[in-house]
Amino acid sequence: MTEGLKLTVDRRSGLAVLYTDGYINNQGGEEIARAAYELIDQGYTRLLLNLHGTKIINSIGISILIEIIERMLQIDGRLGFCALTPTIEKTFHIMGLAQYAGIFPDEAAAIASLAPGP
Amino acid sequence: MSEQAILREVRLLLPMAPDMETVASQAATAVAQYAGLSTDQIDEVRMAVTEACINAFEHSRAADKTLELTFTVFGTREPERLCIAVRDRGVGFVPERVEEPRIETKLKAERKRGWGIKIIRGLMDDVTIRSGADGTTVVMCKSR
Repeated sequence: MTEGLKLTVDRRSGLAVLYTDGYINNQGGEEIARAAYELIDQGYTRLLLNLHGTKIINSIGISILIEIIERMLQIDGRLGFCALTPTIEKTFHIMGLAQYAGIFPDEAAAIASLAPGP
Repeated sequence: MSEQAILREVRLLLPMAPDMETVASQAATAVAQYAGLSTDQIDEVRMAVTEACINAFEHSRAADKTLELTFTVFGTREPERLCIAVRDRGVGFVPERVEEPRIETKLKAERKRGWGIKIIRGLMDDVTIRSGADGTTVVMCKSR
């Protein structure tokens, strides 16, 4: 069977980065959502999902990411994605996620855009 | 223009069980590599196949709980086109009645799912859905 998603969280000043490694299906999506909501409860309003370690995702997992986007909109926060495979990026565009979440080529570009100013 | 012949055909029977879409995805990768698709095209094929499987697992209500996948590579001398048929023997549905999901609606909706067909259509070159009382067949193709 498929291995579960590995998730690592890096809390920084004003922004948290979540690194995924593996398949984002329903379980993987739920794990990301749990971590994201915990970060929001801790006061983080800017989250970056670095998907460098994720080569495949399914629509159930993406639907859970949409729940996180909804939550971020409710708190006037910002969510970004970076290091997507071309297919995952294309899928996010097909679904319209790019209208509500930033999509960046790499972490440096994402942080430059998402991190709160001085 | 000469007619394309079947250069290779691979059939796969999958039980409708958790994570079985990843087995279909692996098979899709192998056949798409044989078909000479690019790395990005292979990724698109495997994602589309994953979505077709998940749709069938979730919605077909097939009594035999089995999904049949047929991967067919067409070409004259070299592989030129890959078509994948994903067939279930479930209750069927009316594709025209499936509302196209929109992100602005889904963001406010309780149910955020229902993206499978849109993703498949967006990633593949041609998609045909035949559905009736004897089940559903999704045929999706991609050319080199």
